[in-house]
Amino acid sequence: MRDEATFRVKAGLAEMLKGGVIMDVVTPEQAKISEDAGAAAVMALERVPADIRRDGGVARMSDPIMVRGIQEAVTIPVMAKARIGHFAEAQVLAALEVDYVDESEVLTPADEAHHIDKWAFKVPFVCGATNLGEALRRIAEGAAMIRSKGEAGTGDIVEAVRHLRAITGELRRLGALSEQELFGAAKELQAPHDLVVSVARAGKLPVPLFCAGGIATPADASLVMQLGAEGVFVGSGIFKSADPPMRARAIVEATTHFNDPERVAKASEGLGAPMDSLEARKLADEQLLSPRGW
Amino acid sequence: MVPVVGILALQGDFEAHARVLRELGAEPREVRIPADLEGLDGLILPGGESTVMTLGIAREGLAEPLRELVDAGTPVLGTCAGLIVLDRDHLGALDIRARRNAFGRQVRSFEADLELAGVDGGPVRAVFIRAPWIDDHGPDVEVLAEVEGHPIAARQGNVLVLAFHPELGGDRRVHELFLDAVRAAAASPG
Repeated sequence: MRDEATFRVKAGLAEMLKGGVIMDVVTPEQAKISEDAGAAAVMALERVPADIRRDGGVARMSDPIMVRGIQEAVTIPVMAKARIGHFAEAQVLAALEVDYVDESEVLTPADEAHHIDKWAFKVPFVCGATNLGEALRRIAEGAAMIRSKGEAGTGDIVEAVRHLRAITGELRRLGALSEQELFGAAKELQAPHDLVVSVARAGKLPVPLFCAGGIATPADASLVMQLGAEGVFVGSGIFKSADPPMRARAIVEATTHFNDPERVAKASEGLGAPMDSLEARKLADEQLLSPRGW
Repeated sequence: MVPVVGILALQGDFEAHARVLRELGAEPREVRIPADLEGLDGLILPGGESTVMTLGIAREGLAEPLRELVDAGTPVLGTCAGLIVLDRDHLGALDIRARRNAFGRQVRSFEADLELAGVDGGPVRAVFIRAPWIDDHGPDVEVLAEVEGHPIAARQGNVLVLAFHPELGGDRRVHELFLDAVRAAAASPG
């Protein structure tokens, strides 16, 4: 008797991706380059975040033909992005049998009040979060993997650090609270009390926590891994750089050896120019992606 | 004696194995470079992406030292990607050929109760994530369990491989079985 799509099976794939790098790709060729460089999974999307920022307009899920082409090009897991609240896009991606759906703030939100009911799907979901309350709300909706949001498409790590530190710091504080105080904490976090209690007891999220949004160098990957990320997503950082295969290999190596500065130094040598960057602090409010999907 | 068990930590769910080992009184050690293999009583190749591990093994020069460790009789456990990495086409540590993602994409991942030869006390809860199966195996390989006619657990000498994830299933008996072999090997002279 087989039980498919249990929460353990959904979060299980994220467990398998730990210590790995998930790379944004827009074509099968990029997917193959990523796999050959050591990507643990690829993320199919229409445009990488840096191009979404540059070109503007509504950013949507990828063309199904492109998703299929990417699935045929590689043997590693293929993820794909759907707009926040756009459960029909998620249904399409599920029908294509992608391995994970990313309900992503990088695309233009389709619903400003409701996220996708992720329990309704067999395919697992990853969602972004800027703090612990947001992470717990997404998990309550059925997300089986969380990534700190950062500010995608900037190449600036500062927001990724802010969000990761917010989540891990709040987790530590939660662990120090009494049973009585956890009622108040649940109210402040705006998350279900039973989930808050179980997370406080475990001292960690019930799903893997990855980091995304602004990783452009091997040292960036090492930084966020040392801050408690269990793996990394790299969006524009690879295919907007001067030498994508070499940078991809270097970020993979630095993610494995994140605690070994000599190896991170070696991985950082001679990579050519990184992606064109934007200082996240200088972006106008309406240009920020991370506040989307409260 | 507290056995020291290495876990290949290039990528994958090595932490989950480490947690189980600690619960069972063994000392886990993450293995990323050849020097990490010194003095191990046992070795686990965890779940993860076998392509990433294969590239990492080549980058770190780990293939030869890993084969030497297997040849020396050190007990080795491979789960999922670990099974693939140990097969004929990769490290060649046992005479099997794995078929990657044999059950299909993630929507076909599943868990099931499974009778495993050598594990007493009822079925093991087995979690299969984009799992491989064993397509072909030589005469020296003992098949321990099958799903729908496909071997998904096997042993050859000191090497035990499983297509599923005992480190995620909450059942400690597979790791206990492995640690029994580790303790026995460490206690036997030579």
